[in-house]
Amino acid sequence: MKNVLILGATSDMAQAIAKKYAAEGWSLTLGALEADLLEPIASDLKVRSGTEVLTFKFDATDFSGHRKCYESLPVKPDAVIACFGYMSDQEKVRNDVEDIRQTIDINFTGMATILSVIAEDFEQRGRGAIAAISSVAGDRGRQSNYIYGSAKAGLSAFLGGLRNRLAEKGVHVMTVKPGFARTKMTENLELPAALTASPEQIAEAVFQGLEKKKNVIYILWMWRWIMLIIRCIPEFVFKKMKM
Amino acid sequence: MRKISDWGNYPVIEAEVNGFDTTEQLKRQLELPGDVIAFGNGRSYGDASLQDRVILTRRFNKFLSFDESTGELCCQAGVLLSEILDVFVPHGWFLPVTPGTKLITVGGAIAADVHGKNHHVDGSFGQHVLRMDIMRNDGSVISCSPTENAEFFNITVGGMGLSGIILNATFRLRKIETAYIKEETVRAANLEEIMDGFEMSEDWTYSVAWIDCLARGDAMGRSILMRGEHATTTDLVNQVHKNDPLTVKKGMHLGIPVNFPNFVLNPLSMKAFNFVYYNKTRPGKHEHVVDYNSFFYPLDAIADWNRIYGKRGFTQYQFVIPKAAGREGMRTILKRITDSGLGSFLAVLKLFGEQESFMSFPMAGYTLALDFPISVKAMSLFKELDAMVADYGGRLYLAKDSRMDAEMFEKTYPNADEFRQAIALLNEGGTRFASLQSKRIGITG
Ligand SMILES: Cc1cc2nc3c(=O)[nH]c(=O)nc-3n(C[C@H](O)[C@H](O)[C@H](O)COP(=O)(O)OP(=O)(O)OC[C@H]3O[C@@H](n4cnc5c(N)ncnc54)[C@H](O)[C@@H]3O)c2cc1C
Repeated sequence: MKNVLILGATSDMAQAIAKKYAAEGWSLTLGALEADLLEPIASDLKVRSGTEVLTFKFDATDFSGHRKCYESLPVKPDAVIACFGYMSDQEKVRNDVEDIRQTIDINFTGMATILSVIAEDFEQRGRGAIAAISSVAGDRGRQSNYIYGSAKAGLSAFLGGLRNRLAEKGVHVMTVKPGFARTKMTENLELPAALTASPEQIAEAVFQGLEKKKNVIYILWMWRWIMLIIRCIPEFVFKKMKM
Repeated sequence: MRKISDWGNYPVIEAEVNGFDTTEQLKRQLELPGDVIAFGNGRSYGDASLQDRVILTRRFNKFLSFDESTGELCCQAGVLLSEILDVFVPHGWFLPVTPGTKLITVGGAIAADVHGKNHHVDGSFGQHVLRMDIMRNDGSVISCSPTENAEFFNITVGGMGLSGIILNATFRLRKIETAYIKEETVRAANLEEIMDGFEMSEDWTYSVAWIDCLARGDAMGRSILMRGEHATTTDLVNQVHKNDPLTVKKGMHLGIPVNFPNFVLNPLSMKAFNFVYYNKTRPGKHEHVVDYNSFFYPLDAIADWNRIYGKRGFTQYQFVIPKAAGREGMRTILKRITDSGLGSFLAVLKLFGEQESFMSFPMAGYTLALDFPISVKAMSLFKELDAMVADYGGRLYLAKDSRMDAEMFEKTYPNADEFRQAIALLNEGGTRFASLQSKRIGITG
């Protein structure tokens, strides 16, 4: 039985992804900061699919502990999906040093350190798949959320490099850019329905994407074009836009 | 703030909505002052789960345990019945009771104490609940069952979310051999025939009738009776079904993309629809084997069908009258409806079995449910119907209601007073559980 390791497993996206993998007959290892929140999630997956589910505490910002944390897992995964992330309200906190650091620590540094440990193991084994949730916000810095966006831009660049390095070693790396998603962060907002993906859609796309060894996926196809257009706007115009 | 409404798209309100993943998060929401009400999947028709501040339960949707030897399932209240079916039908288990849509939450099923086509044999959903945990307005969690904290249990089943937020529930699934139903349809030429039909169908597990509310005179009450049993493997004839008796093909999903303009729904188009529907069933009895989705949830195949009623929205008038008043009562009320010409695509008739309960809708008798687009005419018709229903000793279903007044509720729910007092007591201090409906019908201030 193949095993998938899901990091940040309490998020809505991660839960949907876990369900998808369980339904496909994989066993699961779930890591999250609030490990006690994983209990009902694990029992749910067990009742649904009878699959094995293991949970553990994973702290994205305990960088130096990442190696030990990964090594202590009883099963080495065949695929890893890193879903953890952190977004605060930038307009409120753009001068808050702690919050800026937190944003970069979780979205970038934590991703880079844990995925580096895992990449090393996969490289030695000569197989494995890595997917991480980045964001369309990283495609171009915009005044409304460039702190979060820059951390995600860093993550996207990191994943691109990792993919480049591991391609010939038989290890696949996929970058996921969801766009708007209908999750707990957005449940009180009116989102444009056509541009908003459900966690289930994201889960399906991530699973299929890894099966088909895709490199960078946007969940809804429109986003690829929207971001392409946004990236093409010349800087002297862009800086005057309110985005 | 977000626009929100229940299934009838009437009323539509602006509300602050918040979900929760953990009881801690829910508790924090209940620490804020003001009125709140739980919102399941918004499949009640009116304003039962609407309020300025609404607590979404859909995210609290984990299966907690399942005992294969007894069929006992414990799950959080935000689980949809459809999720239960998706997981358990392939293992040979089915819901003890299901309404005509599977897109409702377990919490909504208990709060409205929903009934299905098997009410006359198996009662309502609440009668299958063995245990549940409920969070009260002070954040404390109370466990209850028909024997433990029974009073609390009894006002929660059918209590429309007013006693607290149901967190999780344990109930027993029923064993099935196949995912198919052996169905028999019988055409009935009028009300007399259909009522005879029901009385002769008491041995069937499932029975319900679709009734043409526009047919008048001798044909008044003409209908199609549908009765069914869970098919056994020997009932299956189709080789594909035989090979894999517990899986059904995923149905085609039709969607209604936008609200229909008002002129689509007029007496003529409805008449035409009803005529075609009635006549597509040939006279006499017919037997076939159908998958459970087509038997129980024909409407779920059309996503968002509520939009055919357009922007003004619609409501469902569902009443029950005691069996004693049965035939004569049904005839009088049905005549008033057909005379109005306002009737709907869907009119569903069912004979309920006995039920003792504190606040739930069902009682031994006939229940009829019809959809009406919202209009001034319909509203005044409802007033007249209310008086008739009350006179016959019947009542209206709260899960479908968006308009009855406090007087009607008081007159027709024998425990209204006691319920109001119990809820007032529970609501003391801090947050109050109240819906637009509970205010309208005078349960809460
Ligand atoms: C097409 C269709 C067919 C239907 N057929 C039938 C039928 O055959 N038989 C029948 O009985 N009903 C039927 N119904 C009505 C439906 O079953 C009920 O309205 C049901 O309560 C809807 O559940 P929901 O999860 O959508 O809850 P909502 O509509 O969101 O809420 C309904 C009530 O439950 C309360 N509630 C929800 N969750 C909780 C919770 N966790 N704790 C406390 N209170 C809670 C709400 O406050 C509200 O009072 C039908 C509805 C539709 C749309």
